[in-house]
Amino acid sequence: MSDPLQIIDVEGNLAGTAPELDNSTLIQMYTAIVRTRAFDSRCMNLQRTGKIGFSVPNRGVEATSVGAAAAMDASKDWFAPHYRDFGMLFYNDVPAEAMFDNMFGNSDDTAVGRQMPVHFSFTEPLKWLSISSPLGTQIPQAVGVSLAARKRGEDAIALTTFGDGSTSTLGFHSGMNFAGVMKAPTVFLCQNNQWAISCPSSSQTASESYAIKGEAYGVPSCIVDGNDVLAVYVAMKEAVDRARAGDGPTLIEAITFRLGGHSTSDDPTKYVPAEELEKAESEEPLKRFRAYLINEGVLTDESADKIREEADAEMLTGARAAEAKARPVLGTIFTDVWQEQPAHLKQQMEYCIKHYSERDEAVDENGEFPL
Amino acid sequence: MSELTMVQAVNDGLRTIMTEDESVLVLGEDVGPKGGVFLATENLTAEFGEERCFDTPLSEDGIIGVGIGLAMNGMKPVCEIQFQDFIFPAFDQIVSEAAKMRYRSGGQYTVPMTIRTPYGGGIRGGLYHSQSGEAYFAHTAGLKVVIPSTPYDAKGLLIASIQDPDPVLFMEPKALYRAFREEVPEGMYTVDLSTVREVTQGGDCVVFCYGAMVPVCTEAAKRVKESRNKDVRVIDLRTLMPLDEESILQAVKDCGRAVVVHEAPRFCGYGAEISAMIAENVIEYVEAPVKRVAGFDTPFPNTLENYYMPDARRVLDAIEEVLDF
Repeated sequence: MSDPLQIIDVEGNLAGTAPELDNSTLIQMYTAIVRTRAFDSRCMNLQRTGKIGFSVPNRGVEATSVGAAAAMDASKDWFAPHYRDFGMLFYNDVPAEAMFDNMFGNSDDTAVGRQMPVHFSFTEPLKWLSISSPLGTQIPQAVGVSLAARKRGEDAIALTTFGDGSTSTLGFHSGMNFAGVMKAPTVFLCQNNQWAISCPSSSQTASESYAIKGEAYGVPSCIVDGNDVLAVYVAMKEAVDRARAGDGPTLIEAITFRLGGHSTSDDPTKYVPAEELEKAESEEPLKRFRAYLINEGVLTDESADKIREEADAEMLTGARAAEAKARPVLGTIFTDVWQEQPAHLKQQMEYCIKHYSERDEAVDENGEFPL
Repeated sequence: MSELTMVQAVNDGLRTIMTEDESVLVLGEDVGPKGGVFLATENLTAEFGEERCFDTPLSEDGIIGVGIGLAMNGMKPVCEIQFQDFIFPAFDQIVSEAAKMRYRSGGQYTVPMTIRTPYGGGIRGGLYHSQSGEAYFAHTAGLKVVIPSTPYDAKGLLIASIQDPDPVLFMEPKALYRAFREEVPEGMYTVDLSTVREVTQGGDCVVFCYGAMVPVCTEAAKRVKESRNKDVRVIDLRTLMPLDEESILQAVKDCGRAVVVHEAPRFCGYGAEISAMIAENVIEYVEAPVKRVAGFDTPFPNTLENYYMPDARRVLDAIEEVLDF
């Protein structure tokens, strides 16, 4: 495989041919990275202070998420994501509060407080399939979603994202294989952030890269600098165009680095060598994109700082609003199992609400909790 | 009306709903031009084209994963798993994904998918072409589990399963695929997904069963009538999830004695649930211990399969035991 595609080098200088993007799109991309980082940092604070149970650090991988999102048409395309892609949601202007609703698992959470934090599900403003904890399961699902669109004669495509570890799963193999055989309009984006919890690439594969696995499936593939938002955008745009034109799937490996832990329950200092982390910090995506945009006259120091301040304020406000909301009512344990609630779940729901109401833990027949 | 075998009724059910609803797709291994290893999908590709009925790579995980994606985006996929024994690579997609999608997305994403799979013994299939895995799936919230025992029910329950807004595991007793024929109406009809079928009438003992055990239990009931002049009510459960709890408990109240029969292993089998349900709800009506007749708690053997699976004689013994208690 060739060297990773790079357009902006680590200093923020142009190292390739920049895509034709208007200033407002570039600012939208930059803002999404900044908002992702602000959200990430707010979630870390909330977890450390015991207000939420869990989060998944996105620091370092934001350019991969945002560059990819910018190449999609969210009005019709589908996202079948993994859990470390917050930047795609911010690029598409999902309100921070809606994301915090999930982090708190409150009554406005689209997952109705049923999932751990960071397992987002949205139908608006983008079709973002509900995130799963078991890894790689979304990959063949993305293929199915894209085939359904094609069967109806639509030109919508599906993007599925996953980490380096997930290339070892059954889902990666079956998804890539089906997509190759069926020429599915699916884009496979591997966020190679170097670590599957504590396991480095050497414990996932003996291949020279993750991208090269595409060859075995007859799926074109490429490697990009995942810390370079424009390089990711360019590779993704080509893949999206190919899928939309009916020319089949693409596998993109975006090389980045997870600068935080796997999750808030993880201590990466135990296994990430300090010198590797230091080098990765020097190559992180935000600093170089900021330098690039300032060099190009798209942003100034002042306007860039303002974006940061607005993002911090948005996260504070969003988190406070979500924190203030009630938990889902008790009855929601028993709904959405099927479209129609069967008799045995109705019985169990009645028992549960009665049991806790009698102990003053739920206040009415709907199982509404006291605040 | 024509006389069809169960596998022909399945084929007719698929053809009927595919004609009715363009969003219904059939996918799986060898389901295309070959028509499936049991011919359940025979001629569907010729009739509806490769876009509607198509072969997939040999990957159960892929079949179900892709099926879930199709279902989430407006299609009604009918995925075939060639033998239920091969379903386990797809276990994650079925129990972690299809079963939980509606719940975990608050109803934003749903999976109206049917998984058809032949199950059970009686064809000398040995360890891996004979198993009955219904308990794994009935245990998982979010899945429906349906098992027909007649051609009429096979078609009606299959169409109801495909029209259902949630994922259904449709297990076909392959021992009955060509065991007998019966009148099956042409065109659309459905059989409700949560009602039992009373196969024989009687008030002395009730036998709960499903799938390939239904004719076995019916034969046992006949012999009890002959030998003791006792009337045994055989009830075909048909849908293991959701189940018709009210009818099950009423039958126990009426008969006072109950036997549960399945070919799956006894331990943590579906019969344990029925037995517990009886004990919890209608113990005061019960005049004898509930007896289970099941496959042994071993893997499924090949040469000696007829000694592994419950037969009419074993069911008869159990009925006599509860009658004599």
